[in-house]
Amino acid sequence: MDLIANLLRRPAAASILSLIGVLVFYVVFGGVELGKLANAASWLNYAARIGIVALPVGLLMISGEIDISIGAMIPAGAMTTAIISGYYDLPIIFGIIGALTIGVLVGLFNGILAVRTTVPTLIITLGTLVAMQGVVLAGSKLLTGAASVPLTSPAWAKTLFGDFIFGGSHQVIIIWWVILAVIFWFVMHMSKFGNWIFAIGGDKVSARNAGIPVDRITILLFVLTSTAASFVGMCHAILFNSAQVSGGMNDIFNIIVSVVVGGVLLTGGFGSIAGVFIGTLTFAIVNKGIDFTAIDRNWANLIIGVMLLIAVAMNESFRKMALSYSPKPKK
Amino acid sequence: MNKPVLELKNVNKSFGPIDVLHNITLQVKAGEVLCLLGDNGAGKSTLIKTLAGVHKPTSGEMLMDGEPVSFARPKDAADRGIATVHQFGGTFPLMSIGRSFFVGVEPTKGFGPFKVFDKKTANEVAVKAVQEFGITRITDGDRLIGGLSGGERQSLAIARALHFGARVLILDEPTAALGVKQASHVLRVVMEAKKRGVAVIFITHQVTHAMAVGDHFAVLIRGALAANFMKGEKSREEITDLMAGGEALADLDAHLEDNTGQGAAAATVS
Repeated sequence: MDLIANLLRRPAAASILSLIGVLVFYVVFGGVELGKLANAASWLNYAARIGIVALPVGLLMISGEIDISIGAMIPAGAMTTAIISGYYDLPIIFGIIGALTIGVLVGLFNGILAVRTTVPTLIITLGTLVAMQGVVLAGSKLLTGAASVPLTSPAWAKTLFGDFIFGGSHQVIIIWWVILAVIFWFVMHMSKFGNWIFAIGGDKVSARNAGIPVDRITILLFVLTSTAASFVGMCHAILFNSAQVSGGMNDIFNIIVSVVVGGVLLTGGFGSIAGVFIGTLTFAIVNKGIDFTAIDRNWANLIIGVMLLIAVAMNESFRKMALSYSPKPKK
Repeated sequence: MNKPVLELKNVNKSFGPIDVLHNITLQVKAGEVLCLLGDNGAGKSTLIKTLAGVHKPTSGEMLMDGEPVSFARPKDAADRGIATVHQFGGTFPLMSIGRSFFVGVEPTKGFGPFKVFDKKTANEVAVKAVQEFGITRITDGDRLIGGLSGGERQSLAIARALHFGARVLILDEPTAALGVKQASHVLRVVMEAKKRGVAVIFITHQVTHAMAVGDHFAVLIRGALAANFMKGEKSREEITDLMAGGEALADLDAHLEDNTGQGAAAATVS
């Protein structure tokens, strides 16, 4: 009993229950064979795509901010790589550096605006989201005359960023996702920087008075989110040998839903990397796993919406449990 | 021992054309509780913010251990040992006791990039520090701050300040939001801090609380020091009247006395 109560108080509790709930639902009502689902690549590939971005977004949301410009940064990373190394035919390394640089620059822009002004970061990044969509589309038209650019990458770049592994259709970014999750987990839960991020999300003024470099950490987190997004875009361009201009609107909400299902509090100060990881898995299984069920694919969004509401409700009550928890007096 | 730790000499503070503090001269010694009394808007917050380095005095001098000091930001004051604890403890509701205790000064173990936050030490030190103040109900450093009672939070914040070497402790209305029992816990913690030789500046509305722990009282009215006296020099009624700006409450008192004959008692309940 104690063990269960301990688990429920963790920020990841709701995401684990959501995951189990979704699987049970799919098995009972959708007739899914779990073995087939486990071997399939589609949901895992998708989980890696949104998961790599969801990790830094989770940190940023724990610190009390939000970044929706990630939606534009995935295509921006892809297009930058394809234009530099595909259209202009420069070595792929320049394309990679270019994509990451654009991520860093947009992140710096968001972060500096966030700490210098009192404008909510939802609005700031909404601005950069729309602006970057414009830059990507107009820039690509101007430079290449098209909205889709082909790219051929050398073998090493393919192996590192855009190949299939396990001899099947699993993409190599799954490995990147897992490695990044471990690094983020270490930083968030084992190092002092994680403590700083929780403190910033809990009470910014107190955190600053305690000597935490709040502004620098905030800027760094924005750089991480937008660079992670441009990294994912770059990997996709290398994998699919081309890049297209797209809005990336779906990604924004899918990533934020994953983070929230993962138990991160929208107002900051609470959450965990394990939760974000499992939240992402859950989301990907709902979204892509529906193809393995007898359920019509068009119902997927309904299930996601319901799951989000249930997960948030669970998060609320588990957080209350965590708050009211006190050890029983020893006999 | 009897040299003042912190001293203000003719401090003035104005925001633009508005004068908030006039000629404040005050001192607080080690092991002494200075109660700063005053109605809302009397300038108490401005005064403590000036002490804590949030505001710079427009004119006048601030001395610490007899040396003039000037704080550019709150961190400077904190580095000199001036700690402020706010009404709600200024802590992080969703962090554990151990983690929030060490925000900004996390204990770590290990090397280089693998330095890990030493949760065990953090929890042990935090629990021990707060237990030394008589709050024995806190035994688990993994509990979240938000789950503590208001009094426990205040006590934890005070214990934290003293653990990190505070010499001047500024308590901003620590008992305002608390019930009777909780408030008495906090007052006991204040006495313990005093016993350890810390100079305490205790801001409050509640004359009863001030009388319980104060050695030295200063009353602010409209930004000026209206009275500055030691324990036992004035009665509770005189202090209440001073805070309200003189006549107002005395009048009310007289009025009540006429009606019920128990005016003094009624006026001091609050």
